[in-house]
Amino acid sequence: MEEEFKIIDHCLMIRLPEEIDHKSCQEISRRADHLLLDAEVKHVVFDFSRTMFMDSSGVGVLAGRYRKVSCFGGKVFVMNANRRIKKILKLSGLMKYLEFMEREEEDEKRDQD
Amino acid sequence: MKNEIRIEMEALPENEGFARVAVAAFITAQNPTVEEICDVKTAVSEAVTNAVIHAYEERGGRIVIRCSLGDGLLHMEIEDFGRGIEDIPKAMEPLFTTRPELERSGMGFAFMEAFMDRLEVRSEPGRGTQIIMEKKFGIGSGGE
Repeated sequence: MEEEFKIIDHCLMIRLPEEIDHKSCQEISRRADHLLLDAEVKHVVFDFSRTMFMDSSGVGVLAGRYRKVSCFGGKVFVMNANRRIKKILKLSGLMKYLEFMEREEEDEKRDQD
Repeated sequence: MKNEIRIEMEALPENEGFARVAVAAFITAQNPTVEEICDVKTAVSEAVTNAVIHAYEERGGRIVIRCSLGDGLLHMEIEDFGRGIEDIPKAMEPLFTTRPELERSGMGFAFMEAFMDRLEVRSEPGRGTQIIMEKKFGIGSGGE
Protein backbone atom coordinates (compact mmCIF):
# COMPACT_ATOMS: atom_id res chain seq x y z
CA MET A 1 0.00 0.00 0.00
CA GLU A 2 1.06 3.52 -0.81
CA GLU A 3 -0.09 5.33 2.29
CA GLU A 4 1.91 5.39 5.46
CA PHE A 5 0.72 5.08 9.01
CA LYS A 6 2.67 6.42 11.94
CA ILE A 7 1.82 7.03 15.57
CA ILE A 8 3.42 10.09 17.08
CA ASP A 9 2.42 11.32 20.53
CA HIS A 10 -1.05 9.70 20.63
CA CYS A 11 -1.71 10.93 17.08
CA LEU A 12 -2.24 8.51 14.25
CA MET A 13 -0.70 10.15 11.19
CA ILE A 14 -2.00 8.85 7.87
CA ARG A 15 -0.25 9.91 4.70
CA LEU A 16 -2.96 9.42 2.12
CA PRO A 17 -2.40 8.06 -1.39
CA GLU A 18 -2.58 10.01 -4.64
CA GLU A 19 -6.11 8.85 -5.38
CA ILE A 20 -8.70 8.34 -2.66
CA ASP A 21 -11.61 6.36 -4.01
CA HIS A 22 -13.71 3.34 -3.09
CA LYS A 23 -10.84 0.98 -3.86
CA SER A 24 -8.10 2.72 -1.85
CA CYS A 25 -10.49 3.63 1.00
CA GLN A 26 -11.16 0.07 2.04
CA GLU A 27 -7.50 -0.47 2.89
CA ILE A 28 -7.07 2.93 4.57
CA SER A 29 -10.03 2.34 6.90
CA ARG A 30 -8.97 -1.20 7.70
CA ARG A 31 -5.42 -0.23 8.61
CA ALA A 32 -6.46 2.89 10.50
CA ASP A 33 -8.99 1.01 12.62
CA HIS A 34 -6.47 -1.68 13.40
CA LEU A 35 -4.13 0.95 14.83
CA LEU A 36 -6.95 2.80 16.59
CA LEU A 37 -7.74 -0.38 18.48
CA ASP A 38 -4.22 -1.48 19.17
CA ALA A 39 -2.37 1.60 20.18
CA GLU A 40 -3.15 4.47 22.47
CA VAL A 41 -4.32 6.82 19.79
CA LYS A 42 -6.38 9.86 20.62
CA HIS A 43 -6.31 11.97 17.46
CA VAL A 44 -6.08 11.20 13.76
CA VAL A 45 -4.17 13.37 11.28
CA PHE A 46 -4.88 12.96 7.58
CA ASP A 47 -2.05 14.24 5.41
CA PHE A 48 -3.27 15.05 1.89
CA SER A 49 0.11 16.27 0.58
CA ARG A 50 0.23 13.58 -2.12
CA THR A 51 -3.49 13.49 -2.86
CA MET A 52 -4.69 14.68 -6.25
CA PHE A 53 -8.10 13.05 -6.31
CA MET A 54 -10.77 12.27 -3.76
CA ASP A 55 -14.42 11.33 -4.22
CA SER A 56 -17.21 10.81 -1.67
CA SER A 57 -15.59 7.55 -0.52
CA GLY A 58 -12.89 9.66 1.16
CA VAL A 59 -15.55 11.65 2.97
CA GLY A 60 -16.79 8.34 4.41
CA VAL A 61 -13.30 7.51 5.69
CA LEU A 62 -12.89 10.87 7.44
CA ALA A 63 -16.41 10.80 8.89
CA GLY A 64 -15.93 7.21 10.07
CA ARG A 65 -12.65 8.01 11.87
CA TYR A 66 -14.23 11.13 13.37
CA ARG A 67 -17.03 9.02 14.81
CA LYS A 68 -14.51 6.67 16.37
CA VAL A 69 -12.15 9.18 17.99
CA SER A 70 -14.68 11.85 18.95
CA CYS A 71 -16.36 9.51 21.47
CA PHE A 72 -13.18 9.75 23.53
CA GLY A 73 -12.56 13.43 23.00
CA GLY A 74 -10.24 12.93 20.06
CA LYS A 75 -10.04 15.17 17.01
CA VAL A 76 -9.53 14.69 13.30
CA PHE A 77 -6.93 16.94 11.70
CA VAL A 78 -6.49 17.64 8.01
CA MET A 79 -3.09 18.66 6.65
CA ASN A 80 -1.97 19.90 3.24
CA ALA A 81 -5.35 19.66 1.55
CA ASN A 82 -5.46 21.40 -1.82
CA ARG A 83 -8.34 23.58 -2.96
CA ARG A 84 -10.13 20.70 -4.62
CA ILE A 85 -10.03 18.51 -1.50
CA LYS A 86 -11.30 21.42 0.60
CA LYS A 87 -14.15 21.95 -1.85
CA ILE A 88 -15.16 18.29 -1.52
CA LEU A 89 -14.99 18.50 2.29
CA LYS A 90 -17.00 21.72 2.29
CA LEU A 91 -19.73 20.23 0.09
CA SER A 92 -19.92 17.17 2.31
CA GLY A 93 -20.69 19.30 5.37
CA LEU A 94 -17.75 17.77 7.21
CA MET A 95 -15.72 20.98 7.60
CA LYS A 96 -17.06 21.86 11.04
CA TYR A 97 -15.90 18.54 12.47
CA LEU A 98 -12.33 18.85 11.20
CA GLU A 99 -9.33 20.81 12.36
CA PHE A 100 -7.16 22.26 9.61
CA MET A 101 -3.40 22.38 9.95
CA GLU A 102 -1.72 24.49 7.33
CA ARG A 103 1.44 26.34 6.62
CA GLU A 104 -0.02 29.51 5.15
CA GLU A 105 2.49 30.13 2.37
CA GLU A 106 2.32 26.58 1.10
CA ASP A 107 -1.42 26.73 1.12
CA GLU A 108 -1.48 29.87 -0.99
CA LYS A 109 1.08 28.50 -3.38
CA ARG A 110 -0.88 25.28 -3.85
CA ASP A 111 -4.11 27.18 -4.40
CA GLN A 112 -2.53 29.15 -7.23
CA ASP A 113 -1.41 26.01 -9.05
CA MET B 1 -18.26 17.23 -35.51
CA LYS B 2 -19.37 15.22 -32.50
CA ASN B 3 -17.04 12.66 -31.04
CA GLU B 4 -18.31 9.61 -29.19
CA ILE B 5 -16.95 6.82 -27.06
CA ARG B 6 -18.48 3.77 -25.50
CA ILE B 7 -16.76 1.83 -22.73
CA GLU B 8 -18.08 -1.49 -21.52
CA MET B 9 -16.42 -2.89 -18.44
CA GLU B 10 -16.74 -5.20 -15.50
CA ALA B 11 -18.04 -3.58 -12.29
CA LEU B 12 -14.85 -3.96 -10.28
CA PRO B 13 -13.27 -1.44 -7.89
CA GLU B 14 -10.09 -1.35 -9.99
CA ASN B 15 -12.11 -0.11 -12.98
CA GLU B 16 -13.36 2.98 -11.12
CA GLY B 17 -10.01 4.66 -11.63
CA PHE B 18 -9.81 3.51 -15.22
CA ALA B 19 -13.26 4.93 -16.01
CA ARG B 20 -12.52 8.41 -14.67
CA VAL B 21 -9.13 8.62 -16.39
CA ALA B 22 -10.61 7.41 -19.70
CA VAL B 23 -13.39 10.02 -19.62
CA ALA B 24 -10.92 12.72 -18.53
CA ALA B 25 -8.71 11.86 -21.53
CA PHE B 26 -11.72 11.95 -23.85
CA ILE B 27 -12.79 15.48 -22.82
CA THR B 28 -9.32 17.07 -23.25
CA ALA B 29 -10.28 17.85 -26.89
CA GLN B 30 -12.58 20.58 -25.51
CA ASN B 31 -9.72 22.26 -23.60
CA PRO B 32 -11.41 22.03 -20.22
CA THR B 33 -9.92 23.75 -17.19
CA VAL B 34 -8.26 21.64 -14.48
CA GLU B 35 -11.33 22.33 -12.32
CA GLU B 36 -13.68 21.09 -15.03
CA ILE B 37 -11.63 17.91 -15.48
CA CYS B 38 -11.77 17.31 -11.72
CA ASP B 39 -15.54 17.87 -11.74
CA VAL B 40 -16.06 15.27 -14.46
CA LYS B 41 -13.64 12.78 -12.86
CA THR B 42 -15.45 13.05 -9.52
CA ALA B 43 -18.87 12.57 -11.15
CA VAL B 44 -17.68 9.51 -13.12
CA SER B 45 -16.13 8.05 -9.99
CA GLU B 46 -19.35 8.50 -8.01
CA ALA B 47 -21.57 6.95 -10.67
CA VAL B 48 -19.29 3.98 -11.35
CA THR B 49 -18.73 3.36 -7.62
CA ASN B 50 -22.51 3.35 -7.11
CA ALA B 51 -22.83 0.68 -9.79
CA VAL B 52 -20.03 -1.43 -8.25
CA ILE B 53 -21.30 -1.19 -4.67
CA HIS B 54 -25.04 -0.77 -4.91
CA ALA B 55 -26.20 -2.09 -8.30
CA TYR B 56 -24.06 -5.23 -8.20
CA GLU B 57 -23.30 -5.35 -4.45
CA GLU B 58 -19.61 -5.92 -5.22
CA ARG B 59 -20.24 -9.16 -7.07
CA GLY B 60 -19.43 -7.74 -10.50
CA GLY B 61 -21.57 -7.08 -13.54
CA ARG B 62 -21.57 -4.99 -16.67
CA ILE B 63 -21.22 -1.20 -16.75
CA VAL B 64 -21.59 0.76 -19.96
CA ILE B 65 -20.34 4.33 -20.26
CA ARG B 66 -21.32 6.36 -23.31
CA CYS B 67 -19.96 9.84 -23.86
CA SER B 68 -20.51 12.30 -26.63
CA LEU B 69 -18.67 15.55 -26.96
CA GLY B 70 -19.22 18.55 -29.17
CA ASP B 71 -19.75 22.33 -29.02
CA GLY B 72 -18.32 22.55 -25.53
CA LEU B 73 -20.76 20.03 -24.10
CA LEU B 74 -20.15 16.59 -22.66
CA HIS B 75 -23.14 14.27 -22.59
CA MET B 76 -22.51 11.14 -20.57
CA GLU B 77 -24.59 8.09 -19.73
CA ILE B 78 -23.45 5.54 -17.18
CA GLU B 79 -25.60 2.44 -17.17
CA ASP B 80 -25.73 -0.75 -15.15
CA PHE B 81 -28.04 -3.75 -15.27
CA GLY B 82 -28.10 -4.44 -11.56
CA ARG B 83 -30.68 -4.25 -8.82
CA GLY B 84 -32.00 -0.77 -9.59
CA ILE B 85 -33.21 1.94 -7.23
CA GLU B 86 -36.65 1.72 -5.65
CA ASP B 87 -36.96 5.28 -4.42
CA ILE B 88 -34.87 7.63 -6.56
CA PRO B 89 -35.60 10.90 -4.67
CA LYS B 90 -34.66 9.15 -1.41
CA ALA B 91 -31.44 7.74 -2.92
CA MET B 92 -30.50 11.24 -4.07
CA GLU B 93 -30.90 12.83 -0.65
CA PRO B 94 -27.54 13.91 0.76
CA LEU B 95 -26.25 11.54 3.46
CA PHE B 96 -28.74 8.81 2.56
CA THR B 97 -27.13 5.39 2.13
CA THR B 98 -28.41 1.85 2.06
CA ARG B 99 -24.98 0.55 3.07
CA PRO B 100 -24.01 2.33 6.32
CA GLU B 101 -21.85 -0.66 7.26
CA LEU B 102 -19.55 0.23 4.36
CA GLU B 103 -19.04 3.78 5.63
CA ARG B 104 -20.51 5.26 2.52
CA SER B 105 -20.92 9.00 2.96
CA GLY B 106 -24.23 9.18 1.11
CA MET B 107 -22.86 12.07 -0.93
CA GLY B 108 -22.52 10.39 -4.32
CA PHE B 109 -25.53 11.91 -6.05
CA ALA B 110 -25.01 15.24 -4.28
CA PHE B 111 -21.50 15.42 -5.76
CA MET B 112 -22.72 14.48 -9.25
CA GLU B 113 -25.32 17.20 -8.98
CA ALA B 114 -22.86 19.78 -7.66
CA PHE B 115 -20.11 19.14 -10.17
CA MET B 116 -22.14 18.61 -13.34
CA ASP B 117 -24.63 20.89 -15.11
CA ARG B 118 -27.31 18.27 -15.52
CA LEU B 119 -28.11 15.05 -13.70
CA GLU B 120 -30.92 12.67 -14.46
CA VAL B 121 -31.41 9.27 -12.85
CA ARG B 122 -33.53 6.58 -14.48
CA SER B 123 -33.93 3.29 -12.73
CA GLU B 124 -36.14 0.25 -12.55
CA PRO B 125 -35.85 -2.20 -9.65
CA GLY B 126 -34.40 -5.48 -10.85
CA ARG B 127 -33.41 -4.09 -14.24
CA GLY B 128 -30.77 -1.47 -13.67
CA THR B 129 -29.96 2.20 -13.49
CA GLN B 130 -28.99 4.82 -16.00
CA ILE B 131 -27.28 8.03 -14.92
CA ILE B 132 -27.36 10.83 -17.47
CA MET B 133 -25.08 13.78 -16.88
CA GLU B 134 -23.99 16.81 -18.86
CA LYS B 135 -21.18 19.25 -18.43
CA LYS B 136 -20.69 22.51 -20.30
CA PHE B 137 -17.12 23.65 -20.63
CA GLY B 138 -15.89 27.19 -20.43
CA ILE B 139 -18.63 28.67 -18.26
CA GLY B 140 -16.90 28.23 -14.92
CA SER B 141 -19.70 26.15 -13.47
CA GLY B 142 -19.55 23.31 -11.02
CA GLY B 143 -20.11 23.79 -7.37
CA GLU B 144 -18.75 27.28 -6.86
